[in-house]
Amino acid sequence: MTLSVTQAVLDGAKLVDLSTSSVRELNAALHALAPDSNETFWKVAHPNGRHAIAAGLDADIDIEIDGPVGYYCAGMNKRGRVVINGNAGVGVGENMMSGFIHVKGDASQSAGATAHGGLLVIDGNASARCGISMKGIDIVVKGSVGHLSAFMGQAGSLVVLGDAGEALGDSLYEARLFVRGTVAGLGADCIEKEMRDEHKALLAEKLKAAGILGEVDIGEFRRYGSARTLYHFHVDNVSSY
Amino acid sequence: MCGIVGLFIKDPKLEPQLGALLAEMLDIMCDRGPDSAGFAVYGSGKDGTVKLTLRGPAGTDFAAIGTALGHEVTPRDTHAVLTVPAAAEADVRAALKSRFPAIDVISTGARMELYKEIGLPADVAKRFKLETMSGTHAIGHTRMATESAVTTDGAHPFSTGSDQCLVHNGSLSNHAGLRRRLEREGLTLTTENDSEVAAAYLTYRMREGDTLGEALEHSLGDLDGFYTFVVGTESGFGVLRDPIACKPAVMAETDQYVAFGSEYRALAGLPGIENARVFEPEPAKVYFWDRAA
Repeated sequence: MTLSVTQAVLDGAKLVDLSTSSVRELNAALHALAPDSNETFWKVAHPNGRHAIAAGLDADIDIEIDGPVGYYCAGMNKRGRVVINGNAGVGVGENMMSGFIHVKGDASQSAGATAHGGLLVIDGNASARCGISMKGIDIVVKGSVGHLSAFMGQAGSLVVLGDAGEALGDSLYEARLFVRGTVAGLGADCIEKEMRDEHKALLAEKLKAAGILGEVDIGEFRRYGSARTLYHFHVDNVSSY
Repeated sequence: MCGIVGLFIKDPKLEPQLGALLAEMLDIMCDRGPDSAGFAVYGSGKDGTVKLTLRGPAGTDFAAIGTALGHEVTPRDTHAVLTVPAAAEADVRAALKSRFPAIDVISTGARMELYKEIGLPADVAKRFKLETMSGTHAIGHTRMATESAVTTDGAHPFSTGSDQCLVHNGSLSNHAGLRRRLEREGLTLTTENDSEVAAAYLTYRMREGDTLGEALEHSLGDLDGFYTFVVGTESGFGVLRDPIACKPAVMAETDQYVAFGSEYRALAGLPGIENARVFEPEPAKVYFWDRAA
């Protein structure tokens, strides 16, 4: 495959303009980076909501995307640090393994879905199903999240500075949920839990990672987790599944 | 999967560009629905007249039909707009039925014109010269069929009332029962399509006195399934998503317009989009813009 990405160097960064290059060309170039590559800072111009930008990264690099992105931006990310100067479409950071994604606008549905690791920070709101089936990712949303967030969340943490929609943490396993605002409703088997010192310390660690430790009062958050009654099928619970 | 686009102009200076902007939006949504496409445009109207959008087989001589009936006709490919005095509408429909049985009347309204065909949406828009149309608001759809066959009749928008149209992304599960109920109420449905039932439901509610906003509110209780709807009336433009909101939607609002797209990509070419308020319409919440009468 040719790697004929139109590239220029700007502020020491490789610049890829998606009005002249395809997403496929961009992603192929990113996937082809050698482990010792000096091309560790990339800028992407004119994303215009295109899908799958910077998906499948496996490199210790920084990418700054200047504008709104479409579906699955930085999906499957491993080690990359991706900043999106705009809104993100469905499934930003979907199945992320490690690294960092920062959405400076709002995120659409299923942000951080099924992700195993890394940190996803969303400055605005995230809509429905944020962190659905999360498996170890840390998600910090500075605004609010929509319905069914952290649905079947298995591990990791979801920190919401605003409000949460209906059915938060439905069928939750061991993901840890912290919400500062109101919760419209808890899903099946999700309950409020005591906020002990160890949980405050954990929350502080996540806020620090997101760069906002000290900007919000940890005492204002409430913790939600699994009641662990639906782990194994029991006929008495049949109406809860 | 289907694609929806909609544009409601607030600034009259943008009205001449309505068709061109919608054509670009529709083009980008080809990926979401390559089977067929359609659009409704709310353009100019003359007091006391109604516009009937006719559809005929390829090669139909619409000019001859206009001459035979004695009314002004504007052909566009397989469709044509016949402008008739409002009082004469019933007679014209009867005359069309008896003298030109191959012709279907697919919409009626003081201002709305409706076009739809099978084919790649970008090609459909070109066939009808969408880019040349002007108006206050317009709604378009690119279809990937799930619930009924790929036919021109199954393409969106659906119009079941004067100046009313609906486009739908999703599928309804209680459309058969609801269709029977609406037919008992005297509504005429012409296809087996689930989306036409939603259109007819809104027509029914508005006939019973609802505003478009109220009709949409009622549909939350009466329609079962998943849906993102965009609907148009002579003066209004509404959006509704089901409570689960599986189907995507993004909107942008500026001083000049309100725009709807299934994906942000569809909105990326609009003027001033970089400074627009871009938001995702919330589930089960009625959004409605109305032009002051």
